[in-house]
Amino acid sequence: MSISNKKASGFLAIELDGAGYVNLARAVLDAESAGFHAATFKDAPEAGRANALQRAAFAGPITRTIAVVPEVDTVYTEPFHISTQLASLDYVSGGRAGWIVTADESPEAAAAVGRSFVEGDALAQEAAASIEVGRRLWDSWEDDAVIRDVATGRYLDVDKLHYVDFETPADFSGTPYSVKGPSIIPRPLQGQLPVLAAAKLVGEGQVPVEVVDAVLVSAPTPELLTAEIRDVRARLGGSVAIVAELDVVLDARGQSAASRPAAPPESDRARYSGPAGGLIDLLEVLLAEAEGVRLHPAAVEVELEELSRLVLPELRRLGSLRPPVQDGTFRDVLGLERPQSRYSTSAAAIAAGKQGPA
Amino acid sequence: MTRDIFQPSGRIQFGIFFQGVNSGTIWKAAESGSQTDFESFRHIVQTAERGKFAAFFLGEGLRLREHLGRPHALDVAGRPDAQTMLAALASVTKNIGLVATQNTTYNDPADLAHRLSSLDLISGGRAAWNVVTTDNAWTGANFRRGGYLDHADRYKHAEAFVETAKRIWDSWETPSGPARRVLHEGQHYTVDVTPRLPRSAQYRPVLFQAGDSPDGRDFAARQADVIFSAHPKFDDAVEFRRDIVSRSVAAGRGANAVQIMPASEFILAATDQEAQEKKAWVRSLQIGPQQAIAYLEQFWGRELSSYDPDGPLPEIDPVVEETSETRGSGFHGAKARQLADQWRAEAKDKGLSIRQFVTSKTARIDATFTGSYTAVADHLAEYARVGAVDGFNISPWLIPTGLDDIVNHLVPELQERGVYPTEYRGTTLRENLGLETPVRSEEPARA
Repeated sequence: MSISNKKASGFLAIELDGAGYVNLARAVLDAESAGFHAATFKDAPEAGRANALQRAAFAGPITRTIAVVPEVDTVYTEPFHISTQLASLDYVSGGRAGWIVTADESPEAAAAVGRSFVEGDALAQEAAASIEVGRRLWDSWEDDAVIRDVATGRYLDVDKLHYVDFETPADFSGTPYSVKGPSIIPRPLQGQLPVLAAAKLVGEGQVPVEVVDAVLVSAPTPELLTAEIRDVRARLGGSVAIVAELDVVLDARGQSAASRPAAPPESDRARYSGPAGGLIDLLEVLLAEAEGVRLHPAAVEVELEELSRLVLPELRRLGSLRPPVQDGTFRDVLGLERPQSRYSTSAAAIAAGKQGPA
Repeated sequence: MTRDIFQPSGRIQFGIFFQGVNSGTIWKAAESGSQTDFESFRHIVQTAERGKFAAFFLGEGLRLREHLGRPHALDVAGRPDAQTMLAALASVTKNIGLVATQNTTYNDPADLAHRLSSLDLISGGRAAWNVVTTDNAWTGANFRRGGYLDHADRYKHAEAFVETAKRIWDSWETPSGPARRVLHEGQHYTVDVTPRLPRSAQYRPVLFQAGDSPDGRDFAARQADVIFSAHPKFDDAVEFRRDIVSRSVAAGRGANAVQIMPASEFILAATDQEAQEKKAWVRSLQIGPQQAIAYLEQFWGRELSSYDPDGPLPEIDPVVEETSETRGSGFHGAKARQLADQWRAEAKDKGLSIRQFVTSKTARIDATFTGSYTAVADHLAEYARVGAVDGFNISPWLIPTGLDDIVNHLVPELQERGVYPTEYRGTTLRENLGLETPVRSEEPARA
């Protein structure tokens, strides 16, 4: 489905990496009660960081509204494992899982698993291949494959399970590989998990825009962010949702943002630093341009206090921010319908019917 | 040295093995619940925790079981990834151990060690790894690296893998670092990593292992904390204990270093007679007529649907030389024709129909404890008294209610007999199993 260029209201995501694994439960519950639509979990190889997918899984059963969206690398991982793990995350979160596709650029990540270092265009090739494997495996069990038919003694309808027979394309720069399938877990609750990636990884000659549901858009300053969103929209078209990236440092606990000791390290993202009122104004602008905004708080606990008290309620009152939906899926947040399996025999019948005479 | 003399603990503990595949789990009963909904897992793990179970186990199979070249239709199949599910269960439990079966052939040591560390930290020191070594090319077809490992090399490979993982878990000098770099160059993989996570509240994940060959037993005696054994019957269990004690003493680890928890199944009721009736019902639902025929087809390599499940075994010969590995590692390379001759003779001798014969082969005859709560409790107390096992890893035949009667009726009987914990000893799996904390190795730091 296409997403209109201007949204009446958008959604907010928050990066919870700073909560680590010790304060995880509290952070995700606070983010949910503040009204965030999604929590994301960073997963670059740095000291002290626990696996993002597992942190997201831990958050799944204790929440009911907020989507849980980990980063998962595609270069030095096994696509079959990733697909199974993400499908499982969808089950433990009641259909609130998503996947931020990353392509690890560090030589250390290659050395850890004894693989050749991958860089340049080959990164996007690895990401595209992993996404394709993941998506095919998620579809490899049709929705109604588990039939439990006592009369014939069949638990599964084998006609509804499919080999995916993936092969890396001929121009693949890395070591070619294949994946047979089918998956070892039934189709995820959402059918397909929403797939997100940095906008710079997506487009012609990179990860095809058709396999991505949302792109993360960064710019060096808040002023440049609006222009960047428009550029990305022009480049990638209207089929993909845009999520703007913003670092946030707020005046909090009697300290001005500028004097806060816990300012995050420099990133390639735009940064807002100051009082809550200015952030509300900026988010109003951004949410009119993009489908959503992801906030990267300087200190999760501190910023969450201010965001929940001052920022999100005001944005909802202004009509810029959608209210979250309890027991909704992450696809619901992104306005995506639940797709049929690509292998579905009824899908084939429908497609054939459309081409035939009316 | 007293360290070399086995001391029975005088008690047993339970683990639960949520299988998620194969014929042991009944899907045909009205009470049979979902195999994938989180609520099934939540119900069973919280029931187990109410019953002071030491551990919750998840299996792993990295390719869907097949039958005559297509996915197998008749049994429960399709299960969540073990570590993802266990991380989720960590948020709804407090004490129970969380055991992930993970393969050494289709994982990278640095990545798997990191994910197990993550689970251990997220759960507050309750993670364990059940080390398995599946190696066939058929499973490898789902992975980048394919089927690269010879069956004969699997334990050598697994041991290098486990030792590398232990070095990774051992690498942080203090709870805040720094970490020492871990290097490994092996025949099949190289590792060069500066580990990212500190030790957990239980130091490192507990290691389970299930190999039963002499190589497998030695591997467990050197590396494992707990053996998930295939020897639940009393005399067999005592013999297996003796064997493992001697192997672990020979490996320099002491007589009590390796615990034993056999796979088991419980069919219980208020009286022995009711339990026997229940057993007949359970078996009839585990192995239906179609499953009995399909079981033989796996070995015969041909369709046998014209045979009567309640009649004798097929007189025609198998068309394959070796049985397919697609059924799982337990069937690896059995000689089909020889096996068929043996089975026909055995069935004829015992007067068994196809269905009765297959039930006798597939049901865990030795592993099943059938009887009244009191009779089974008396029997288990005997295991505790002599130290035949450290506990039982129970596969429930019903999901999600399959532990209810065990926790409600059997556990209190065992507690009354003083052979089963009434409280968790601590919050980590290592504490609850009564395992010693590993000592940090004095490996020199490497630049």
